[in-house]
Amino acid sequence: MSTRYLSIAITGAGGAGVISCGELLLRAWAREGGRGLLRKAYGPQIRGGESAALLKLTADERYTAASRYDAVVALDWDNFTRFEDEIVLDADSWVLCDEAQALPPAVVAAGARVVDVPFDELAAACHPEGRVNMLALGVLGRLLGLPATTLAELAGQKLAGKPRDYRDAATACIELGAARDIACQLPVPPMGNKGAWYLSGNQAAGLGALEAGIRFVAAYPITPASDVLEWMAGGLERVGGQLVQAEDELAAINMTIGAAFGGVPAFTATSGPGLALMTESIGLAVASETPVTILNVMRGGPSTGIPTKSEQSDLNIALHGLHGDAPHLVLAPLDIADCVFTTGWAVQLAQRLQTAAIVLSDQFIGQSTAIVSEPRRCAPFAATPAQDPGEEGAYLRYRLTGSGVSALVTPGDAGHRFTADGLEHNEKGTPSSRQSDHQRQLAKRQDKLTAFDFGGDWAQIDGDGPVALVSFGSSAAAVTEAANQLAESGVATRVISLRLLAPLQTAALAAALEGCSRVFVVEQNHGGQLFHYLRGQLDFGQPVHSYALAGPVPLSPENIAQAVATVIAEATRS
Amino acid sequence: MTDAIRLKAKDYKSEVKPIWCPGCGHFSVHNAITKAMAALGIDKDRTVLVSGIGCSSRLPAYVDSYGFHGVHGRGLAIAQGLKVARPDLTVLALGGDGDGFSIGGNHFIHACRRNVDITYIAMDNEVYGMTKGQASPTTPMDWDHSKLTPHGPGVRPFKPAALALASGAPWIARGYSGNPNQIAKLIAEAVEFPGFSFLHVMSQCITFCPEQTDWKAIVTESEAPPLADADEAAKQFLHEDGFQTGLLYREQRATWPPPGATAAEEGAPGKLAAAFRV
Repeated sequence: MSTRYLSIAITGAGGAGVISCGELLLRAWAREGGRGLLRKAYGPQIRGGESAALLKLTADERYTAASRYDAVVALDWDNFTRFEDEIVLDADSWVLCDEAQALPPAVVAAGARVVDVPFDELAAACHPEGRVNMLALGVLGRLLGLPATTLAELAGQKLAGKPRDYRDAATACIELGAARDIACQLPVPPMGNKGAWYLSGNQAAGLGALEAGIRFVAAYPITPASDVLEWMAGGLERVGGQLVQAEDELAAINMTIGAAFGGVPAFTATSGPGLALMTESIGLAVASETPVTILNVMRGGPSTGIPTKSEQSDLNIALHGLHGDAPHLVLAPLDIADCVFTTGWAVQLAQRLQTAAIVLSDQFIGQSTAIVSEPRRCAPFAATPAQDPGEEGAYLRYRLTGSGVSALVTPGDAGHRFTADGLEHNEKGTPSSRQSDHQRQLAKRQDKLTAFDFGGDWAQIDGDGPVALVSFGSSAAAVTEAANQLAESGVATRVISLRLLAPLQTAALAAALEGCSRVFVVEQNHGGQLFHYLRGQLDFGQPVHSYALAGPVPLSPENIAQAVATVIAEATRS
Repeated sequence: MTDAIRLKAKDYKSEVKPIWCPGCGHFSVHNAITKAMAALGIDKDRTVLVSGIGCSSRLPAYVDSYGFHGVHGRGLAIAQGLKVARPDLTVLALGGDGDGFSIGGNHFIHACRRNVDITYIAMDNEVYGMTKGQASPTTPMDWDHSKLTPHGPGVRPFKPAALALASGAPWIARGYSGNPNQIAKLIAEAVEFPGFSFLHVMSQCITFCPEQTDWKAIVTESEAPPLADADEAAKQFLHEDGFQTGLLYREQRATWPPPGATAAEEGAPGKLAAAFRV
């Protein structure tokens, strides 16, 4: 184990308040200068299903999912079996639960040490409105060395809108839990790193979009993207923007295009099924050269798939889902904090290049909350020097220029009226089915992406070893951790985490891979979508291996490291 | 217009020549739109015509204003997004019966319900003209001229006015391509109406439905004031023959979004970011 961390799972029936318990604990931990991640796992039911707050308290900000759990706090064991793949226990694990309730077979089999905490009984005896999750919060606070006063203060803030009785009950339960002597020792990581931010990837993406200038959002609710929209609804109101809850994703993307045509930077957020519905109109944005940004918070697919859990399986549709030749931008944030930068960058690129940008986040980083150092932001947007639309009446909206980007005016601008069109058109915008117009406009729309200098942010590159580990988006953290573990066993790696997937920076990627004897492409999907994409774009001179594993359980650094080590060992032997 | 020169209808036409068949009803609507624009003295630079796909959806390119020719069925969504983002603009959405009531049907009913201040002109010829003559959602049940439905569509046609009323549209009118002056008058009223105004124009397709030339004999022009009572209107729209033209229904209803919703708070982006600090 290269990094010491403390992992705690709080489980219970949906609605029992385990997520609130986890959030309050992480907030208090943040106050004390700790670092950590809260992953939320739920089933599809809102009430009565399973729910788990998966905490990982760390000494650094490398936020992968925990591969095993030091402690499980089970408010009840309802539906715990559904988490058996995710909450792995062993003989070193502690289980805090009401011993009167029968232990699930998996917990017994793991040989975990059980500590009796009769949550229901204690909470009921403590206060008529006593809740087990607040009692658990007090117990866990004590184990972590967090002041009960901080926990009670944070709980009070969270319950500010509730009756007085609820807040009193919460305080009483927290204090009772904090006073309880629990025979259990947890490896608490060091704290003292103040000045942090506390946010989810979905909030970070929303912030990045607003800071980059987004002032219009139209969207249709979908898990796990709705919380981006809920945050943006409040945010837009304050910055003077508008959010429309559309009747479906077809309306959402087209309203977004309409607002963008009006010159207001516009954005939508969705998840796989919604992205599928939007693809026709994303092609319209490409053809009409209307800048829009689409955040796709990926979940398990295809079809309805696994709505509440993570996967990276929408890479293919994001890259190739549009009909016709429709070059556009595809980006992926590498972690929760990076959702701010990458989403903001996507907005800026879409505006600058007058095209559609798809941002591939996922449920893991989108709905997890983390304590992070102040996130990197996009540099203030240097708008393209306003291009002269020319004399009144002589304006060519789709003029062929050296850069492929033409002067864009918006309604209200005197004397440069034009009709934007999804039909192929000539430079003026008049519909045309002539081969010459089609070929010129296709080349223009491609050239503006190809010719643009995207700078150094297309990827994050760590290390210069001969074994390359290439991934995209949220897999970066697991891959980086795997690289650390490989380093401990003497395998030097080069981690290339792609942030810009389209247009793929092939020359830069080839240069980054120079001197590598072997390449591993790591991703969280079944088909090896990134692997096949890269093989189609790049002439690899060295063996390329695919490590593709579908969700919903997050990629495990240990398993990645082991798979890489095995391939290398076999190659050395033969 | 900032200058004093009064533009004529022809000044609002672009130099792009329509692709419509000779005798197409859409020429009338095109004339009526430009006539209404001239009557209102509308600012070309602050007007946007948005459409979907179909013969009638080609219209924005033929008007000298800003325009957006989108994808099939989604003109209303583009138009609403534009108007919400840019309330200072005059926005008209245009399209045909297939575009508006079939592939775009969901947007139509929700646009009626949402009541964004735009004008929607549906040019209804009861047929898909651009794809060469298939039945649309307003085609009579027994219309058997399409190879796709050789025995007629066999399903009851939509009644667009009834659909609009049930969905909450506050302004509903009907026009006929044989009476462009009336259409022009209705468009001018629609543009000035504060809210979603739905103008259903029976616009004949001479190529695929030559029998529609018979409409001329049955169309009536209503002189009566518009209904304001939804019960009464519902009864009329469900039982009428659909050939009565004029402004049929009008009520005042709050538009969306509510006015003044977009005032920015001082230093808001910074405050939003600061809220994430521990």
